[in-house]
Amino acid sequence: MTSTIFLQQLINGISLGSLYGLVAVGYTMVYGILRLINFAHGDLLMFAAYVAIYATTLSALPWFLSFPLAIIVTGVLGIVLDRAAYKPLRNAPRISLLISAIGASFLLENLALVFIGGVPRAFPRPEVFDKVISLFGLRIQVLTLYTPIVTLVLLFGLLYIVFRTKVGKAMRAASKDFETTRLMGINLDRIISITFLLGSMLAAAGGIMWAMKYPQVNPFMGVFPGLKAFIAAVLGGIGNITGAVLGGFLLGLGEILIVAFVPELAQYRDAFAFVILILVLLFRPTGIMGEPIIDKS
Amino acid sequence: MGKKNVLTLLVVISILFSFSSMPVLAEDVIKLGAYLPMTGSVAAYGDMEWSGIQIAKEMEPEVLGKKVEVMLVDTKSDKIEAANAVTLLVEKEKVVGVLGEAISGNTMAGNPISEAAKIPSVSPTATNPLVNQGKNYAFRACFIDPFQGEVAARFARSELKAQTAAVIIDIAQDYCVGLGNFFVKEFVKQGGKIVSTTYIQTGDQDFSAQLSAVQSTKPDIIYAPNYYTEDALMAKQARDLGINQPILTGDGAQADALIEIGGASVENMYFTAHFHKQAASTDRAKEYIKRYEEKYKKDADAFGALGADAYFLLVDAIKRAGSTDGTKVRDALAATKDFKGVSGTLTMGENGNPIKSMVINKVENGKFVYVTTINP
Repeated sequence: MTSTIFLQQLINGISLGSLYGLVAVGYTMVYGILRLINFAHGDLLMFAAYVAIYATTLSALPWFLSFPLAIIVTGVLGIVLDRAAYKPLRNAPRISLLISAIGASFLLENLALVFIGGVPRAFPRPEVFDKVISLFGLRIQVLTLYTPIVTLVLLFGLLYIVFRTKVGKAMRAASKDFETTRLMGINLDRIISITFLLGSMLAAAGGIMWAMKYPQVNPFMGVFPGLKAFIAAVLGGIGNITGAVLGGFLLGLGEILIVAFVPELAQYRDAFAFVILILVLLFRPTGIMGEPIIDKS
Repeated sequence: MGKKNVLTLLVVISILFSFSSMPVLAEDVIKLGAYLPMTGSVAAYGDMEWSGIQIAKEMEPEVLGKKVEVMLVDTKSDKIEAANAVTLLVEKEKVVGVLGEAISGNTMAGNPISEAAKIPSVSPTATNPLVNQGKNYAFRACFIDPFQGEVAARFARSELKAQTAAVIIDIAQDYCVGLGNFFVKEFVKQGGKIVSTTYIQTGDQDFSAQLSAVQSTKPDIIYAPNYYTEDALMAKQARDLGINQPILTGDGAQADALIEIGGASVENMYFTAHFHKQAASTDRAKEYIKRYEEKYKKDADAFGALGADAYFLLVDAIKRAGSTDGTKVRDALAATKDFKGVSGTLTMGENGNPIKSMVINKVENGKFVYVTTINP
């Protein structure tokens, strides 16, 4: 393998990894605060992609309006999802929440299937992202450059909210102890709603970036990114926001490089992701950046 | 309500149910089953074929003086669901003939079940030779992949002047693996050289690693006999990476979704295909195209045409057999000769594989354009 091809593969890996990271951030954030694995996260991603399609094609909004619109609508859907599927179970055992999340995921997928149909649709990628830069024999699509930037900007924005604002402080408090937080006079439902709003908006941003890169949108498009993001989050240390981005990068790079170095294993790249998941769970269950598990009781 | 009343109620309900499942209606209609991918990775095929079947049913709604009814089951583009669908159609719905599936892998999962029940089946578009091998009751309306791969290889050598080719195969699909092998065999026989063989998998969205590897071998053409979703995504990523060689593929490409998703990247993509309306010659085809375009307000496509042909073949066989008995219909299907279908004139050859011509199409200005017809 020449160094140009190796660099090209590295770029491919970073591009894919930053997408995984972007989706994983929202995933891990909801987990960090609520201790809830939100299996519907990937379906919010699908929802955002469809809203963006309809906003762009039906109402002919320019992309810089329709994309933010899709992100806001998805954020609101996140709050609705919490109110309908998770809030009634706030005091129930954690496994009930998990099952409710799986149910919510199936519901969203099948609603999309009924109303939109199973045939995949194209995503209208704005021309600005279509440009390709050639550099020392490398081919870099502009979108490939933007994805890591978007991921990092959103990561730092989120870190700022969680660690520098009052709301963030309340979120962190809630993640340690619901009851005490409530006793301190914090409106817990509001904090949880904000968590879902932010988490879902991150999923939406991920969905739009994903759909621009792989412009094939169907009701089940969220399943796969959702799973990969989950693995990335576990790899980075579930609940840890920086860890999620790191985990995403490592997973994306790993997948691309395994295909690059051992092309015969191309069909096993998903298996590779799951092997990573198993190894992490076996040897370092808290992930790369995870804190040691403290028993809350 | 007392215990006795509940029991009585249960008895009444179960009697009602057993009545409703009795074949009261079977006297009035001839019931066919269709199992097609209406959702999932190849949903566009099922969608198109079902549209075609409905037009065909409009054109020939009756046989043996009875109305034909077609019952549709979604296979979700999945092998296991496909097998379940055929079981449902054969055992519960008691259909007398089966249409489907659209793709080879799923048809291979469904065929053994209709075969065991001695119910004839016609797949519109499963092109892998293994689909009908060793089967007595399994037929199809399309040509098979050895012919398709051979034509593609000859076309690559003579028309595209390719010395070297890279092959990218979806390892999860029997169709893609088979077609890839037939192409390689013929391409090498014609004096060409295969410089790289790489694998992808249905549902993959990122092919950048494979494509970067292909790029380093500088092939004259890329042969990627995969389904439309993978074809479109791959073409898009290939063009983004600066890979501008012609891409050649198989009949799986001819879905509007290919152009919708692939956009400018699929321009000049060549593929071997079953049908193009410009090449349509039979009266049945002309009537079909007219009705199809009136009803759906779009160009008649290959998968719709093949779906219609599968229906026509089965109904024609029932008519000639004069009965819905599985074995008699099977014999009639096997004896089909010079049948003027929508996709051309067809004679049933060995193993339920028709002998018919093929067209080569390409994508030009966002449309499927007819290039040439090749006879067997």
